[in-house]
Amino acid sequence: MNYSWNWAVLVQEPYLGWLISGTCLTLAISLAAWMLALVVGTVVGTVASLPNRVLKVVAAIYIALFRNVPLLLQLFLWFFVIPEVLPPAWGHWLKRDLPYPEFWTSIIALGLFTSARVAVQVAAGIATVPAGPRTAAVASGMTTAQIFRLVLLPQAFRIVLPPLTSDFLTVFKNSALALTIGVFELTAQSRQIESYTFQGFEAFTAATIVYLAIALLVTALMRFLERWTALPMTGAAV
Amino acid sequence: MTLDFTAVWKSLPFLFDGLELSFLLTASSMLGGIAFGLLLAVVRLSRLRAAAALAAVYVNGFRAVPLVLVIFWFYFLVPLAIGHAVDALQSALIAFTLFEAAYYSEIIRAGLRSVRPGQWQAAYASGLSYVQVLRLVILPQAFRNMLPLMVSQAVILFQDTSLVYVISLRDFMTSASIVATRDNRMVETYLFAAAVYFVVCASGSQAAAMLNRRRSFA
Repeated sequence: MNYSWNWAVLVQEPYLGWLISGTCLTLAISLAAWMLALVVGTVVGTVASLPNRVLKVVAAIYIALFRNVPLLLQLFLWFFVIPEVLPPAWGHWLKRDLPYPEFWTSIIALGLFTSARVAVQVAAGIATVPAGPRTAAVASGMTTAQIFRLVLLPQAFRIVLPPLTSDFLTVFKNSALALTIGVFELTAQSRQIESYTFQGFEAFTAATIVYLAIALLVTALMRFLERWTALPMTGAAV
Repeated sequence: MTLDFTAVWKSLPFLFDGLELSFLLTASSMLGGIAFGLLLAVVRLSRLRAAAALAAVYVNGFRAVPLVLVIFWFYFLVPLAIGHAVDALQSALIAFTLFEAAYYSEIIRAGLRSVRPGQWQAAYASGLSYVQVLRLVILPQAFRNMLPLMVSQAVILFQDTSLVYVISLRDFMTSASIVATRDNRMVETYLFAAAVYFVVCASGSQAAAMLNRRRSFA
């Protein structure tokens, strides 16, 4: 193996600045996409658990569509196809007037892609809440909305917190795909450092370490959240 | 706007060559991933502390980084390691196999642990060796439990093969993007590609769900 090492390249300008701005973009896209995924996923997962057959089918179609097309292709569909099929004025706004279209597109694409996975988890969580609380809630005269908001969802979220952790981690990893539509997030920046300096080993190592750190941090945070939200004497969140 | 699929129809042979490569990548990295993943899982469950720790670092390390970065890593490392240029396919095959092994090893590890300890004890008591216990008693039972997860992982893997786009390897995704830009038919080509991916992946997901139901009735 014939390779000249130069770890100092990582702390030189502009390369250090590239890595930092890449990390910030990765965090921004991932966190925004995760918020979107949580909101949409909870709504779709709840709708899928309602006793209405039509709504159930609609939720199932949503989940199947977003889960069975690769994220890369979904990203391209949002970026290249949606502006063309929308009314011309909207498409024009998306392509010309919206600042940083790549950034917003990757948040929408990643968020909705992840929302289908969140919806599956939420629906599974609701299904595992025992029949007792549900029956008791109906007997005490709660409306369907109240039952979901006050009884089923709080319990379901505690049950699905561990699997949601792995979905949360996946969002950070998937955000790297934003580089295909020109977002200079962490992976793209390390690739750019490689092509400018030929120090691929150092550049990719730096990116790998940042991703590992993010994974450790997120895992620790979610463990804390699990303990913090655990109900005494139930063991549901163990 | 009006859709015009003639460019897509004309490029069908080219697109299906790409699809073939996607399937080839999926199948070979699945086989390689399962074989190496089995080894990792067995090592992690063994009493060899140091080896188990190493396997855990391998699995958790690969599971913490994006596949795109892993693809770049190997595209850069493989030529360096063997001293001459390789094509994108070889480095992608290595990257996918090593990456998938980490995911498959978690599925296999859970499967092995789902077999009750009594089975291990009974098999040892009847004088079988470790390899025999694994091959004849534990794996056949564990395999039934892991099959649904393995199929859904294969669906994820098939979707993930689209990422070879970043090293311009001509799988289905890359071929679709070539047709889309060459003929300036973004909308039609990407919609067609989405439909193909959807049909393949939805059938896979359906198969996984069916296997899962059958297992819970057994």
